[in-house]
Amino acid sequence: MSKLTISPSPHVHSSDSVKRNMYGVLLALLPALGFSLWVFGLDSLRVVLISIVSCVLIEFLVQKFIMKVKTTICDGSAAVTGLILAFNLPSNLDWWIIVVGALFAIGVCKMTFGGLGQNIVNPAIAGRVFLLVSFPAQMTTWPMPHAVDGTTGATPLAMMKEGLKSGQSVSEIMAANGMPSYSDMLLGNMGGSLGEMAAIALIVGLVILLCAKIITWHIPVSILATVFVFAGILNLCDPESYASPVFHLLTGGVLFGAIFMATDYVTSPMAPSGMIIYGVGIGILTVLIRTFGAYPEGVSFAILIMNIVTPLINTYCKPKRFGEVVK
Amino acid sequence: MLKTFKIGGIHPNDNKLSAGSAIQVLPVPQEVTVPVAQHIGAPAKPVVAVGDTVKVGQLLAEAGGFVSANVHSPVSGKVKKIEDFIDGNGYRKTGIIITVEGDEWVETIDRSTGIKREITLAPADIIKKIGEMGLVGMGGATFPTHVKLAVPPGKKCEALIINGVECEPYLTSDHRLMLEKGEEVLIGVKILMTALGVQNAYIGIENNKKDAIEYLTKLAASYPGITVQPLKMRYPQGGEKQLIDACIGRQIPSGKLPIDVGAVVQNVGTAYAVYEAVQKNKPLIERVVCVTGKPLQKPSNFLVRIGTPVQAVIDAAGGVPENCGKVIGGGPMMGRAFTRLDVPVIKGTSGILLMSEEESKRGEMSPCIRCAKCVSVCPMGLEPFLISKVSMKGDWEMAEENHIMDCIECGSCNYTCPSNRPLLDYIRLGKGKVGGILRARAAAKKAAEEAAAAEKK
Repeated sequence: MSKLTISPSPHVHSSDSVKRNMYGVLLALLPALGFSLWVFGLDSLRVVLISIVSCVLIEFLVQKFIMKVKTTICDGSAAVTGLILAFNLPSNLDWWIIVVGALFAIGVCKMTFGGLGQNIVNPAIAGRVFLLVSFPAQMTTWPMPHAVDGTTGATPLAMMKEGLKSGQSVSEIMAANGMPSYSDMLLGNMGGSLGEMAAIALIVGLVILLCAKIITWHIPVSILATVFVFAGILNLCDPESYASPVFHLLTGGVLFGAIFMATDYVTSPMAPSGMIIYGVGIGILTVLIRTFGAYPEGVSFAILIMNIVTPLINTYCKPKRFGEVVK
Repeated sequence: MLKTFKIGGIHPNDNKLSAGSAIQVLPVPQEVTVPVAQHIGAPAKPVVAVGDTVKVGQLLAEAGGFVSANVHSPVSGKVKKIEDFIDGNGYRKTGIIITVEGDEWVETIDRSTGIKREITLAPADIIKKIGEMGLVGMGGATFPTHVKLAVPPGKKCEALIINGVECEPYLTSDHRLMLEKGEEVLIGVKILMTALGVQNAYIGIENNKKDAIEYLTKLAASYPGITVQPLKMRYPQGGEKQLIDACIGRQIPSGKLPIDVGAVVQNVGTAYAVYEAVQKNKPLIERVVCVTGKPLQKPSNFLVRIGTPVQAVIDAAGGVPENCGKVIGGGPMMGRAFTRLDVPVIKGTSGILLMSEEESKRGEMSPCIRCAKCVSVCPMGLEPFLISKVSMKGDWEMAEENHIMDCIECGSCNYTCPSNRPLLDYIRLGKGKVGGILRARAAAKKAAEEAAAAEKK
């Protein structure tokens, strides 16, 4: 012993780290990744690789040459953004569009605000929405599952939207040719982006995140419950004009959004009560946009809006203090 | 169902390396340094002079105020010096340095080994005796025990809660004491109950000390009113507020004391000291110290005279290992790192923890990712990320508004932070500043009231 280290308590640490959480998210995304590989083949691997590599590279370049700070690409946060962005894209997207998406996600939405922990909105969602409004045609052409000939089709949500617009009833649309059954939806046998395919793979991811204590139940459960209840009420009022709540839960990005995108640490509230308000907000906005808005899908927009509301929620929703209510 | 507190908490690895090692009596050193301030409150005033011969148990310094405690000689010998020295935390303190000669005890101390069960003193006399014997909280906070037992008028104590939780990782001194001096501890509890005039006492013990729970439960069968309460293992259960919540389900409101919810909390070590003081007339001159840590050769528990150098205690456990990087007084969560090892063991030294060089360093800090883990573990229901940040920026008003003064400095937020942020460092800074502002505000208010009253006259 040469010298004694002097530092204030505590002198031990849980060994939890940013890395552990980020790689945990990547691990939880693996079932969905494996599934998309099976469904879309090497196309999906192409999208995932381009997206992750460009996100990590952009973060590296910005930190190295613009911010001139120590690069932190090994913490895994850029890779998580890259993978989540890829999961939001169709498997036949041109490579340069993916790079543009990554540039907007990491370059504009994350690094401009100061990097990890400073961004106001979830970079991956911002990237997706940016691409959706910039390249609407490419972003809504979905290859069908297991299609070897490159057939494309609409997502169930788009079919529903189009059908209702043309005056068909919900039961007619559900019975129409090309509309997958609920079990197909559960197993990912429908058109859509890479990550929103199989509900089962996503739920496995949720279980991993909860068991590893990376997230708490508050946000995903409140989103899913709100979508179910709100869509259920509409459906009960008029079953022929509003799709069933199960349809809403299993299609589009509700599950993926609730489990992997809305739970982003940086852009979600800190107190349990705030998390629930945030989740309920996302649920209501999602169903509103899907049912009454111009777009067939509203999860991304809903999360984006609630991301922006998060600082306000944090100001008003405080955790329950010890001794606040005397028993 | 095991009980526990309701908000937050963490589960650090308990590392009770010395749990199986029985308490050994450490030989009396050749020289002791007895600080006059070993407690919260005013330092005691020396009543001996350089050159005086003292016996074990003789009064060295008397309480220097209402919140203060007597200090007795832990050894017999000659007072060599009374001078300032630098204590383990780097503060200058007055110490009475005694050269040891033999081991001659004051005659009034009952040194027989038999257990004295019968309680003869009246409540007021018990509290007086405890004050005379210089007892302080032995869990580490060192608040004078007789002051804590004096229930203010208008308040009523309904339950005595005994802290046998030892939720700090590594430490085992309370655990060993319960196993080896169980009966004495229970008599001590009974004395405390008599002093407070309460019918019920709960001894909270965490579930990682099953042998102690079993043993004390068996003994408590013949002590009506004393309940052994097994608790789920969870840090910081030994915190006064958390322990009351866990044992009797009452939460102390912000800024209030345990007595406001009808509870008084004492440590098992204090209960044992109370037994010795009241039944055996023995002042607080020695205590059980746990010496532990992964790099240490023989993690042990010693009965140590107050004033013994920390170095001597470590030497008895195999000496300071080559790769030792940090020595902590207390546990790893709330203990303080020693700046030097020639400092004395004091009344509040519950443990000496050695850490290897790798364990001693903090991890590299990265930006806050707002994961809210600090919020979920805070046992006071605060927002550590927020009060830490506003303290860093010097926004004391925001810190006060967000209840920074409620923080009990348990360190759960630091422990859990994935970004390794020094949350508690900044919160401590903020508490100091906000505390100062609050005191200044109270003083200004008092002065204004007095001025107004004077004007009226």
